[in-house]
Amino acid sequence: MSAVTDMAPASAAATPSELTVRAPRVLTAPALMLFVGVLLIPLAMTVMLSFHDWGQYKGIEPVFILKNWREIATDPYYAEMFWRTFRIALLTTLITAALGAPEAYILNRMSGSWRSFFLLVILGPLLISVVARTLGWALLFGGNNGLVNKLLMSFGLLRSPLPFMFTETGMVVALTHVMMPFMVLSVWAALQRLDPQIENAAMSLGAGSFTIIRRIIMPQIMPGVLSGAIIVFSLSASAFATPAIIGGRRLKVAATLAYDEFLNTLNWPLGAAVAVLLLVALVLIVVGSNALIERRYAEVFR
Amino acid sequence: MRRNGPLALIFHGIFVAVMVAPIVVVCLVAFTPEGYLSLPTNGLSLRWFRAIASYPEFVHAFWISLGLGALSSFVALLFAVPAALAIARYKFQGRAALAALFLSPLMIPHVVLGIAFLRFFTSIGMSGSFAALLIAHVIVVFPFALRLTLAAATGMDLSVEMAAISLGAGRWSLFRRVTLPLILPGVISGWALAFIQSFDDLTMTVFLAAPGTETLPVRMFLYIQDNIDPLVTSVSACVIAVTMTALILLDRFYGLDRVLAGKGDTGR
Repeated sequence: MSAVTDMAPASAAATPSELTVRAPRVLTAPALMLFVGVLLIPLAMTVMLSFHDWGQYKGIEPVFILKNWREIATDPYYAEMFWRTFRIALLTTLITAALGAPEAYILNRMSGSWRSFFLLVILGPLLISVVARTLGWALLFGGNNGLVNKLLMSFGLLRSPLPFMFTETGMVVALTHVMMPFMVLSVWAALQRLDPQIENAAMSLGAGSFTIIRRIIMPQIMPGVLSGAIIVFSLSASAFATPAIIGGRRLKVAATLAYDEFLNTLNWPLGAAVAVLLLVALVLIVVGSNALIERRYAEVFR
Repeated sequence: MRRNGPLALIFHGIFVAVMVAPIVVVCLVAFTPEGYLSLPTNGLSLRWFRAIASYPEFVHAFWISLGLGALSSFVALLFAVPAALAIARYKFQGRAALAALFLSPLMIPHVVLGIAFLRFFTSIGMSGSFAALLIAHVIVVFPFALRLTLAAATGMDLSVEMAAISLGAGRWSLFRRVTLPLILPGVISGWALAFIQSFDDLTMTVFLAAPGTETLPVRMFLYIQDNIDPLVTSVSACVIAVTMTALILLDRFYGLDRVLAGKGDTGR
């Protein structure tokens, strides 16, 4: 990309230096105006909104108070709700990593046509409506005699049916399914950078399969697993459709609570405060862990 | 390269089965002849697909989603193509910051975007309108349109453009007759991926849609909140069919792994 810095349409009309200064400005100006006008300004308005007052009868009052933030900080309901949100996101992340990384490795060892077929099958759901996928889980869970319970009990893995609908267990299972393609994709990308000859070298030096996986493969795909984990965590923590459908009206996470405040209770300032807190928490977590990973694995990122 | 052992293949089999299970179940239940949720045991029936026609809200929502997806992806490209050309070819002050800004809708939770847009459009008196939905969708699908166009523009052979210039092509005909055709595969794939993102979005749209501008995912979500019956499974089956078609086309023409590579990556 850098080789084309001083690009040539220049020679046609203006001098190169003049064009390299003006052309990118002109080309990016429409998109920049769009983003400032319809993204940055609304986001700033939302932050402002979280400091406004609200009452059942008076509606939103544009004053600057800390009422909403104080309520979130002191009412244990919000602490419990955020803790539930991050607990579900963390569990989902751990399970996707534990299952997705081996699957990506297995995929990578398959022969060409099988590999592209299964890659399509596993990554395809990423583009299928989340509502449809979650509906599938609601059907599979379906009360105490749902398919999942029947299957687990017939294999002797469960004695009595486990409640999945309206529970955190169900949310984690469905979210894991929704997020899995991101993890497989991320580990898959790391595996593509891996030199297969290293594995062969280890084998010829007498390493067993387990040693190869633990000492050769794992360290090299770890950056992929970690960056996949960041994506899965931040998407799970802000997920809306799956928690809303599986969790029902009572088991709230941050996104569904914000939705409720906006469209049912109509307490917009409080809803805005919940959303802003979620955004800030996620940005801090993502930026922090990205920095940690990049320092730890500086050499892998070239 | 070593082969997979039997244990690995068993793991793989279960993994793939679990990945497709919810999607298969939705499609199967859609063909039930019964009046309640069940797997079709006594034959298949299309009654629930015919039932969609007598539920105009779903049909209307489908057309809204289709129009919104097609239009917002197209408008996003109008902004994204010039921006991608600038970012791919020039080194200028603030280039990295601009790229980060343009990809930022990927990083911001959609619930936050939904709230921000609702607040914004309400304050300027546009809430619930199709135009508001359109603008919001343009922002959300922009990163996908930009990324694939950027990939195409970066990999382009510039000597062809040089040749066109030396033969006296003006700036506009250079773009229209040389540059655009060369980056077209990237642009079309960017459009398709952006379309799918817009067509599927629930979290942001649920804040903005009003009766009359409800998209299909929003209509389905609100319906499921009240009750789950075979009607919503047949609608889902149709949505899955539309997406699968787009997906297979994308895979044929561009390669799915290329389209998705770095999809969730926040544009480091």
